[in-house]
Amino acid sequence: MFKKILIANRGEIAVRILRACREMGIATVAVYSDIDRASLHVRKADEAYPIGPAPAAESYLRMDKILDVAERSGAEAIHPGYGFLSENAKFAQACADAGVKFIGPTPHSMNLMGSKTSARQQMEKAGVPFVPGTSRGLASAEEGEQVAERIGYPVMLKAAAGGGGKGMRLVHTSTELRSALESAQSEAQRSFGDSEVYIEKAIVNPRHIEMQVLADEHGNTVWLGERECSIQRRHQKVLEEAPSPIVDPDMRRRMGEVAVKVAQAASYTNAGTIEYLVDQQKNFYFLEMNTRLQVEHPVTELTTGLDLVHLQIRIAAGEKLPFAQANVAIRGHAIECRIYAEDPDNNYFPSPGKITVLLQPSGPGIRRDSGMYEGWNVPMDYDPLLAKLIGYGTDRRQTIMRLERALYEYFVAGIKTNISLFQRILGDADFRAGRLDTGYLDRLLAKSNPAVVSNVPERETEELERVAAIAAGMFAALDPDATSGKNGNAGGSAKIPSNWKRAGRAEGLR
Amino acid sequence: MVYEIIVGGPVGGLSGGKAGGKNSATPRRLELEKCEGGWACRLDGEAISIDAVIPRRDVLSLLVDGRSYEIKREQTATDLHMWVGSARFAVEIRDPRSLRSRQQAGGDEKGPRKIVAPMPGRIVRLLVAEGASVEAGQGLVVVEAMKMQNEIKSPKKGVVKKMPATVGAAVNPGDVLAIVE
Repeated sequence: MFKKILIANRGEIAVRILRACREMGIATVAVYSDIDRASLHVRKADEAYPIGPAPAAESYLRMDKILDVAERSGAEAIHPGYGFLSENAKFAQACADAGVKFIGPTPHSMNLMGSKTSARQQMEKAGVPFVPGTSRGLASAEEGEQVAERIGYPVMLKAAAGGGGKGMRLVHTSTELRSALESAQSEAQRSFGDSEVYIEKAIVNPRHIEMQVLADEHGNTVWLGERECSIQRRHQKVLEEAPSPIVDPDMRRRMGEVAVKVAQAASYTNAGTIEYLVDQQKNFYFLEMNTRLQVEHPVTELTTGLDLVHLQIRIAAGEKLPFAQANVAIRGHAIECRIYAEDPDNNYFPSPGKITVLLQPSGPGIRRDSGMYEGWNVPMDYDPLLAKLIGYGTDRRQTIMRLERALYEYFVAGIKTNISLFQRILGDADFRAGRLDTGYLDRLLAKSNPAVVSNVPERETEELERVAAIAAGMFAALDPDATSGKNGNAGGSAKIPSNWKRAGRAEGLR
Repeated sequence: MVYEIIVGGPVGGLSGGKAGGKNSATPRRLELEKCEGGWACRLDGEAISIDAVIPRRDVLSLLVDGRSYEIKREQTATDLHMWVGSARFAVEIRDPRSLRSRQQAGGDEKGPRKIVAPMPGRIVRLLVAEGASVEAGQGLVVVEAMKMQNEIKSPKKGVVKKMPATVGAAVNPGDVLAIVE
């Protein structure tokens, strides 16, 4: 087993990996950018070294600096977390060349999965289901009509060189096909200098469901159950759960078996995730493979009882998987809320800044993976993910109740967070009924003032307003400087009274 | 102590909707007086039995006729909020004896309005110049944070009197970006 591991990441995931290392008796090395000196991962590590200025391109993405720290500190392995260098095959190769173990798949597997066409050929050989269509460009409009007739409308036309929605057309009937194809081809030509357009069956209101796999370096690969990830906004996942409300044991087994096939076709090792699109008839189609630990891995940990980071480290150290597929059992239900520094009143715009108050939930069935603390300045340079609040219960209903209770306890001041968004989602009738697809969240947010279903005791607004008025007066009477002055950075007028004074005042109230 | 307190309707949080509207609410008159065993409280003349403890900064435990409330205080760059459970109320406090707070509280619709940065970020674009006439809701400045761009809008119709914001500058919450009169 390794004696020392370098964690090439920051935020909650760096803290998550540090914790696993400490549990396993492995020393930890943190790296940090200038602005992250006071970040939690630096405070919690055994060793920490600076790797450059705040912009990620000059610090967390600098392979040379990270490998230099690995050498200086004597770290035997590097855990990349997610994001940053985690899916960079060049980095995995550079680690191998430097004699440091990269905790993840081989550069070969990463390259294979990174390229859409090579992955598809490998997968097709292995019998993996893809969205029906042509993988090559259409030679003529007649060919397009024939293919569309065979796979059934609606169909999607996509530019082969495409991305970002350019050169894409949704076609509902055969009469629209010819003109849609022409305009897609000319748009593709203008945008990418290549008019090649192919055709795929359009999956209307798809779900996004993914399957966790683990593979050791001795040829053993297992699947660990699915995660429902349909609740997304701007292609960013917001809430994930395991198991999916629509997946039954038979579908789970089939999705798992395909996932294992995909991993084996790529000679995959360590933790990975196979993403599927699922249509309304519950057909699932391979989308892509994520060759890293996912943000949402805790819901799988809670429902399988396994620690994926422990297992990643053990696999990287050359151990065999300590269990077989038959030993994997899914128990209970888990839901993860991604707590982002975002302003719900301002179209979920990022909201960095200083956290002035932080009250955190705990209690039965609640796990919190967090990278923040009270007094910390959330930098504006990185992803706005602050923490993950994960609820666990015997079933979906109990998990929702526990999460609602925990969200009621959660309070963050100084910056804005999306905590209220989860109160909306968890109380929503469609969510509770499991009626989800990738358009769900946009539809929910388009609705105006929601009538919230909630088990949190609700009292009359008038009563609450009176309480707010009394509280405001009480705060002003007890701590007048903080109420009338401007907080934080505005001109240094914030006065923080001493604890003695405050305690004395509080005593005076009794 | 006597306070005049304006409580806006619940904003954000569970209730959704936008901040604001606090000027339309009528002020409440709150009288607080220390007495034996606690505080005597009158709200708009009505005596209310309360007990209050501050267990930590910005958190108040309030008992009103036996009902227990935990209220959190949040002072943002521009507003003072009281969180009662998951409901958030924008409040404005006026101490009738204090001229200073009266001056601060006034001048919302008339006179110059400072437009301040709501969060730390970097100015990427100026949308208007000093001296320009602007409508309420018109974009003034674009601020970027965490790779997202946010248009800061004018709260009122008027003329841009000052434009301290410069492209490329880093701003902190509360920094004045523009003054519209």
